[in-house]
Amino acid sequence: MPPESLTCKECKTIYPLDASYVCERCFGPLEVAYAPREGLDPAELRRQIQAGPHSIWRYRDFLPLEGPPPRDTLPAGWTPLLRADRLAARLGLREVWIKNDAANPTHSFKDRVVAVALARAKELGFQTIACASTGNLANAVAAHAAAAGLESYVFIPADLEEQKILATGVYGTTIIAVKGNYDDVNRLCTEVSGDRPWAFTNINMRPYYAEGSKTIAYEIAEQLGWQVPDRLVVPIGSGSLFTKIARGFEEWIDVGLVDGTVPTMNGAQATGCAPVATAFAQGHDVCRPVKPDTIAKSIAIGNPADGPYALELARRTGGGIDAVTDDEIRAGIRLLAETTGIFTETAGGATTAALAKLAERGDIDADERVVAIITGEGLKTLDVVRGTFDTVEIEPSFDAFEASVTAASTAHPVAA
Amino acid sequence: MAIVVKIPTQLRAATDGAASTSVDGGTVGEVLDALYEQFGELRERIADGGGLRRFVNVYIGGEDIRFLEGLDTPVADGDEVTILPAVAGG
Repeated sequence: MPPESLTCKECKTIYPLDASYVCERCFGPLEVAYAPREGLDPAELRRQIQAGPHSIWRYRDFLPLEGPPPRDTLPAGWTPLLRADRLAARLGLREVWIKNDAANPTHSFKDRVVAVALARAKELGFQTIACASTGNLANAVAAHAAAAGLESYVFIPADLEEQKILATGVYGTTIIAVKGNYDDVNRLCTEVSGDRPWAFTNINMRPYYAEGSKTIAYEIAEQLGWQVPDRLVVPIGSGSLFTKIARGFEEWIDVGLVDGTVPTMNGAQATGCAPVATAFAQGHDVCRPVKPDTIAKSIAIGNPADGPYALELARRTGGGIDAVTDDEIRAGIRLLAETTGIFTETAGGATTAALAKLAERGDIDADERVVAIITGEGLKTLDVVRGTFDTVEIEPSFDAFEASVTAASTAHPVAA
Repeated sequence: MAIVVKIPTQLRAATDGAASTSVDGGTVGEVLDALYEQFGELRERIADGGGLRRFVNVYIGGEDIRFLEGLDTPVADGDEVTILPAVAGG
């Protein structure tokens, strides 16, 4: 099932499989179209996938490369899907699973999309890759470029979390810190990409890059024993991840790898940057841009490129898009950590908070199997948990310990 | 008033390859109309009725016109209007 063309999502004009992302006729986004997949034997396809590597490349038949996947790549994907019974119990739900994409090489789902964009960029002969990033993408681009021996340039908002800047610079990339928000960075990079012979993962390589997100859906289906969950909760920045996960399930339903229908799709945004949630609540089919003001910087995109498609998807699947406050995001990080042992960054806090909100509202039926997508690692946004708990500081003596730590919290297990 | 309009690569087939041009106008809407006068093909590419297609972004001095007064946003001599695709990023 090789990729066949780039096709405009709006007017269906067909383009060659180049580094381009915009329809010249209507300015709509271009998407990868594949050769028809009818007539495949699902059992044989399943066997091939199961014999593949423990990375996104086990799904190479559904990814936009013309040749075999490169060998010098960081192994993105194949992250754990964990049943979260304690979280479910806390929320009064029956079955909740966590897809922990913090367990990627640079600790976010961006390794998936970058692996695909970089592999395709190499096929097209690029020597340099670049990106406009809220942080996680910068980490991934710098690391994957280092692994592949390519030059890289990453453009970030100058006020990004220090952890994300440090974890990017270490790979020997060129960091360009732009004095502005992500949308300013994105506008600048859109201009630069027209001028430099670089593969911008999320601009001129965006049709290929976006395809990488489908692998989250494939993994979930495979890890659930070739089944589709009932509902997904996914953070929304540009809306690309949200829409491509649904596309992944759609493709597998179409070829017969799984039965059922596309899950109910619920999106999570931060109140301080909620153009898609706002448009959803107001019944609009386009998003009015906003100026972001939230601790959830990885999803702080005020002018989301896939906003209209995210709205359409949420409505079509009977889902929705919720906005949660910064305090709810902090509580979400805490709730996930306390009940699953997974420490997520702010976007994961938003996802957990949105899940809690859905549960509280009674939107989730008793028999539903729900999967929450945790896209990134808590160590990258440490500042937001500072001051949210106390430590017990004592002199190094047994008496001081006895005096400070109550008996209840030190009850010996054998005495119980 | 001379306003510089920057043309994205995807539209340069319609401007004989020009990356920018200079037109007159008192508002963004007037600037775009003057641009369509100069390069007729641009209208069908980016205009939608009296407005803009949904995947077209227009900026003045780096600010999205949707944060200003849209097509009614006034422009002054020397301002730079940039047209860019909205489908990038994220």
